[in-house]
Amino acid sequence: MNFFTVDSISLQFGGLKAVDSVSFSVAKGEIFTIIGPNGAGKTSIFNLISRLYNPTSGKLFFEGRDITEVPPHQIAKLGIARTFQNIELFENATMLANLLVGRHCHATTQLWQEMLFLPSVRRAEKEHRHKVEEVIEFLDLQAYREKLIAGLPYGVRKVIEVARALCSEPKLILLDEPSSGLNVEETDDMSFWIRDIRSELGITVLMVEHDMSLVNRVSDRVLALNYGKVLATGTPAEVQAHPDVIAAYLGA
Amino acid sequence: MRFIFKTDYDQDIRILKHSGYWWSYGILLAVLIALPFFVGSYLQSQVVFVLIYAIVGVALMILTGFTGQASLGHAAFLAIGAYTAGYLQSLGVPFIVYFPAAAILTGIVGAMVGFPALRLTGIYLVIATIAFAFIVEEILARWESVTHGNEGMRVRTLDLVGLPVPRDGEIFYFLCLLTLVGSIVLALNLLRSPTGRAFIAIRDSETAGKSMGIDLAAYKVKSFAISAAITGLAGVLFAHKMTFISPEMFTLLLSIEFIMVIIIGGAFGVHGAVFGAIFIVMVDPFLTALKDDVPVLAASVASSFGMASDAASKLRDTMSSIGSAAGLKGAIYGLIIMMFILFEPYGLYGRWLKVKLFFQLFPLYKKATFKRQKTYVKSERNR
Repeated sequence: MNFFTVDSISLQFGGLKAVDSVSFSVAKGEIFTIIGPNGAGKTSIFNLISRLYNPTSGKLFFEGRDITEVPPHQIAKLGIARTFQNIELFENATMLANLLVGRHCHATTQLWQEMLFLPSVRRAEKEHRHKVEEVIEFLDLQAYREKLIAGLPYGVRKVIEVARALCSEPKLILLDEPSSGLNVEETDDMSFWIRDIRSELGITVLMVEHDMSLVNRVSDRVLALNYGKVLATGTPAEVQAHPDVIAAYLGA
Repeated sequence: MRFIFKTDYDQDIRILKHSGYWWSYGILLAVLIALPFFVGSYLQSQVVFVLIYAIVGVALMILTGFTGQASLGHAAFLAIGAYTAGYLQSLGVPFIVYFPAAAILTGIVGAMVGFPALRLTGIYLVIATIAFAFIVEEILARWESVTHGNEGMRVRTLDLVGLPVPRDGEIFYFLCLLTLVGSIVLALNLLRSPTGRAFIAIRDSETAGKSMGIDLAAYKVKSFAISAAITGLAGVLFAHKMTFISPEMFTLLLSIEFIMVIIIGGAFGVHGAVFGAIFIVMVDPFLTALKDDVPVLAASVASSFGMASDAASKLRDTMSSIGSAAGLKGAIYGLIIMMFILFEPYGLYGRWLKVKLFFQLFPLYKKATFKRQKTYVKSERNR
């Protein structure tokens, strides 16, 4: 049984096939990268996995369970967290509040208990905070706890988004272009963190990335995509040497 | 400046974060408790209206300020609360039963309004809530067996377990104060727990909220229901304060006043609801002054500068006719809203925070601290 499997999934917007029967599977503890030119359908695949889009056909399996019909808000509870290409943080809240929203899928308290703020709610809040602090320490975000997101620089926001995803204690994390908009140094940090997420936290990483040096450094396997179709799958070196991939990027 | 050394997660959970809060809010509460024994009945009555408006402000803050769902239908929720009180009281139901009953009923209606809100955003949601308010207004006018239609309904003096509570007495004032403090505590409790954070998440990014495990539908409905229920409580107090309720009291203009409470006060904190309520209740005395005192004053100033007396009295009449022109209130409201949105989008409370920071940082305050700038616009693709 595979950890995570995408089985010939397709997504059609009218006449446009954004994703055309794509299949791949990710093993537990792997760093799996999807590459491809702009508009190849990479982010569409992510949106399909996090159930923001409904696939036209095909199925998704996570830990042996069919998640094709699961509503989007239950995906996090199953153990799949994600980040967004264009940063979707809660701008007018502090970083701490953002990370605590990441804990939402583990919230157990009832509305009436929260209105009265019973001791059970306080206890649960402290537990959430404890987990959040672990992530803050893991990603070195101690300086920003009380800061509003709206006032933070882009590079920090990018890391906070990863942190928010980690706060939900996922088994699989989807990173949508973790290095876009980052400078060389920040990209280096990100590559260390991505490897640490896998090796220290034991979380499987599925990412979309354009920066080939980052892809080469961290990925175990790479899938190349163009016009919604899979061109090649394999190690980074294999995929980059594949004639179809070269043709897609350089135009042969 | 105060530097807080944090050693415990409780310090971030507490509502009153440090001794400064205890002092300032303690003194405020003491002043409010002592107030009815020191001020005249007119001022006390105005403060009661401030309290009632502030309760609605807190309710609207939860829905609009924190969940980001605009509503121009809160006058209708207030009406439902008021009429529930009036009707149940006429059936002989005691106050301690119909006070919560009004909140529950209004909450259920609020949840029902919340359902269409699941598919509507922005201006379309506003239109839907206006439509709801008109429907309620129409029902109140037509359902004569319960509401006495356009004739209106008399609400008897509040009877608190055998103790009569006249509308201009101290006990009524304390009842309003208690309800306001209760709803503020409830709102703050929600804000520091998962539900409140889910509300904020929905406001700032529905897409991210969804993928963080927030059931948008459930939380939007919850937000509507809580907001409506609190407004229902305010409605009961409103009915007893007015002693007479009729459909034309709960019009669109009242909903607009409620929205103004949070725009003027500042839509990002509970303080804003109270600041805004004070401001809105002060508009009416201001308009009266504009009608009566200002023209007289202007005429006497003009004549003391050598204007002929008939010209001066003409000036007075012109000014007072402008002051009593129909629709002046609406025009002034419109002007105030525009001014606030243009120059102080964070409202009076935002201004208060800025002034406070100026004194906290005193010689070091920089002029550009709150300069607004264009920021990164986030993608709307996944909406």
